[in-house]
Amino acid sequence: MGTATLEKNDSAGPVDSAENSATHLITVVLRIRRFNPEVAEESSWQDFTLKIDAKERVLDALHQIKWEQDGTLTFRRSCAHGICGSDAMRINGRNRLACKTLLKDINPEKPITVEPIKGLAVLKDLVVDMEPFFQAYRDVMPFLVTSGNEPTRERLQSAADRERFDDTTKCILCAACTSSCPVFWNDGQYFGPAAIVGAHRFIFDSRDEAGEQRLEILNDRDGVWRCRTTFNCTDACPRGIEVTKAIQEVKRALITRRF
Amino acid sequence: MQIHKYDTVIVGAGGAGMRAAIESTKRSRTAVLTKLYPTRSHTGAAQGGMAAALANVEEDNWEWHTFDTIKGGDYLVDQDAAEILAKEAIDSVLDLEKMGLPFNRTPQGRIDQRRFGGHSRNHGEAPVRRSCYAADRTGHMILQTLYQNCVKEGVEFFNEFYVLDLLLSEVDGQRRTAGVVAYELATGEIHVFRAKAVVFASGGNGKFFKVTSNAHTLTGDGQAAAFRRGLPLEDMEFFQFHPTGIWKMGILLTEGARGEGGILRNKDGERFMEKYAPVMKDLASRDVVSRAIYTEIREGRGCGADKDHVYLDLTHLPPEQLDAKLPDITEFARTYLGIEPYTDPVPIQPTAHYAMGGIPTNVEGEVLAGNTDPVPGLYAAGEVACVSVHGANRLGTNSLLDINVFGRRAGIAAAEYAATADLVELPEEPSKFVEDEIENLRDATGNERVVEIRKALQETMDRNVMVFRTEQTLKEAVEEIGQLRKRYRNISVQDKGKRFNTDLLEALELGNLLDLAEVTAVSALARKESRGGHYREDFPTRDDVNFMRHTMAYREVGDDGTESIRLDYKPVVQTRYQPMERKY
Ligand SMILES: Cc1cc2nc3c(=O)[nH]c(=O)nc-3n(C[C@H](O)[C@H](O)[C@H](O)COP(=O)(O)OP(=O)(O)OC[C@H]3O[C@@H](n4cnc5c(N)ncnc54)[C@H](O)[C@@H]3O)c2cc1C
Ligand code: SF4
Ligand code: FES
Repeated sequence: MGTATLEKNDSAGPVDSAENSATHLITVVLRIRRFNPEVAEESSWQDFTLKIDAKERVLDALHQIKWEQDGTLTFRRSCAHGICGSDAMRINGRNRLACKTLLKDINPEKPITVEPIKGLAVLKDLVVDMEPFFQAYRDVMPFLVTSGNEPTRERLQSAADRERFDDTTKCILCAACTSSCPVFWNDGQYFGPAAIVGAHRFIFDSRDEAGEQRLEILNDRDGVWRCRTTFNCTDACPRGIEVTKAIQEVKRALITRRF
Repeated sequence: MQIHKYDTVIVGAGGAGMRAAIESTKRSRTAVLTKLYPTRSHTGAAQGGMAAALANVEEDNWEWHTFDTIKGGDYLVDQDAAEILAKEAIDSVLDLEKMGLPFNRTPQGRIDQRRFGGHSRNHGEAPVRRSCYAADRTGHMILQTLYQNCVKEGVEFFNEFYVLDLLLSEVDGQRRTAGVVAYELATGEIHVFRAKAVVFASGGNGKFFKVTSNAHTLTGDGQAAAFRRGLPLEDMEFFQFHPTGIWKMGILLTEGARGEGGILRNKDGERFMEKYAPVMKDLASRDVVSRAIYTEIREGRGCGADKDHVYLDLTHLPPEQLDAKLPDITEFARTYLGIEPYTDPVPIQPTAHYAMGGIPTNVEGEVLAGNTDPVPGLYAAGEVACVSVHGANRLGTNSLLDINVFGRRAGIAAAEYAATADLVELPEEPSKFVEDEIENLRDATGNERVVEIRKALQETMDRNVMVFRTEQTLKEAVEEIGQLRKRYRNISVQDKGKRFNTDLLEALELGNLLDLAEVTAVSALARKESRGGHYREDFPTRDDVNFMRHTMAYREVGDDGTESIRLDYKPVVQTRYQPMERKY
């Protein structure tokens, strides 16, 4: 089972990477962790076999299954190009966005496993309860705090000061990092990497004045100190954010109180 | 069924909805209902920037911006509204900065600005740097910043609540807003939200095209709900095709790429835009560039084995510039095409992008029931609405602006209205329409499938209602959509459950797309001229004598239950700019 067979649909044109418009359909197996408490109390694996172009996204494969084989298969998605953060899932054991993962890049010759992200309650199939995740984010005061009179024009910020927190502004709150963190799996109270990334984005913004308050929040027993620096989060982040580094910088700021 | 009571209910938590919510939460008890988690909204996909004549890097003023907006919209823009847009742009960018938005900065520490299509100095003399931006993630930063400020203000969200109906009640012979009906995705439960004021901010409807930059969820639910309740839709024939979508996929590559110096080339390597727009070249307005691309393709100068695309060439730009200014779109090319934009040109084609038309409003955001009378208590803002500041063609960076300026205005106006108004009695059996729809779909055993009808719809729209249109293609589209609507009555869904039934919701969304596609094609068929995004090969010039007017489409239901679309027209508001020929 699971050997990919190549079927070339169209023989026209030279074969050169992206310029090749020919469709190569391969047969892939998606092994999906299903769960629907309306139907059964336990989750179980289900295999779906489909023909699809290896250049397509895992999201396209999920859609093809939902639309052509089993309408009850349930997952979240919206933008389909890695911007909205809806479709983080565990694909072949690693957290990724289904819309940013091409089949050809994850060895489609073997069954591809697809599971919900870990550490958050599964509600149905690949849909998990995101509330605790967003609550942790909201708890770190993820907004600019300033005092004094507002300037009439914009606040000035040097390009270097702006660059200081650029990396952490990219977060799309997909939860791939937090749900790949062993500490979070064991202790759902831990703020988790994404919330710390959210705090970092403001702590290191030269315009902000609430760095101390945020650091106090993160100094808590469920705060940054629980991080064991396993780098899972950095590996998982689809935005290429250096999550572990951001956490380290927050830890350092807690010790030195300089940021 | 649950009933909730609020002063103000906002439908949608994209840029427009959250900008409205920040204002209305300060002034009235507000609920925001959104089918997506707020930060998943498609505003987050916007890349290039937000226009405002800050004059941070070169001379500029809001009057030039007003003119460009009106000219860009091929004079179908309501000029009073465009003036408000351009004037309030400046504060609206500064407000975002104060809320924390991390704009790119000039060496002096001010908000940096860059060039964008159609924005010019002194009425078309040369491109001007007017777009305020944060790399190619401006929409992401706007969405995050607004969400962060909603957290700060304690805005109350109902996430994954799908609004499926608008409730209007007759009071003294006048229709007034009573609330909305929503479906809770997690439980399948129906909720009626009574409200004094309702703001629709539910975004666009680009998903009736196949090649599109729009998210799967942009299905025009708000437009369709208003239309079903007898409210008009304005200028639906005007849909923007953005010149640079990733070939076949439609994923957007911002115009900012050309603003940074990117060049469009055909198979001979020729910079063909020089022929079509000698002054603005690659930065001419979007409709002009999209037609130029298709003209090149039609005349055999397209690239690739099928000659069905052209190139966006960034290879002459320094890699550092691409990394600093266009990091996301260069990554899209790598991820989805396996192409390295430092060294290789990127294959692109026009992609369906933006609905200029929508629910008609005045400049306060009040929804119009006819050419002038507002529906008390009903507001709309953002891509769902038509103010009309974009006319026949929206300029790049003017939508992020629109959602902020008119989102804010609608939020304030709605909350102020709610402060003095009373709750209107609900109509009888308020949730009946939605309950029936859902029951029918769940119980249906028909043999039609959502996926097939949606595919057929997208194919007919791509083939017949895209960049080039004729009487014949439009008639074909109207005919085919009619057939598909019939087939739609025979669909069934596989998921019969209550919990997270996205199968059911996709079916409802398809119903909305079908309604709106029909309005679009019918409106386009009647507009026998070419203007902005609407190009008729059989009527290739603009006809100001007969068509300098907005289309107003109404749904009519005959005594025997047959539905039809009635078209009416509304004059364009002109203040100081006389229509001229549009050259770039
Ligand atoms: C790829 C891309 C790039 C762009 N780049 C730019 C740019 O650089 N500059 C620019 O000015 N413009 C740009 N635009 C256009 C601009 O981003 C959009 O027009 C604008 O963001 C729309 O904002 P909105 O708030 O109206 O809608 P959205 O952000 O789409 O939000 C819609 C909201 O409505 C909710 N909703 C929808 N239906 C329902 C329902 N039935 N019930 C409840 N809630 C519902 C959704 O959950 C969502 O929260 C771009 C557009 C795209 C697609
Ligand atoms: S830091 Fe990266 S992985 Fe974590 S939520 Fe943000 S984008 Fe997702
Ligand atoms: S669908 Fe938006 S990130 Fe994947």
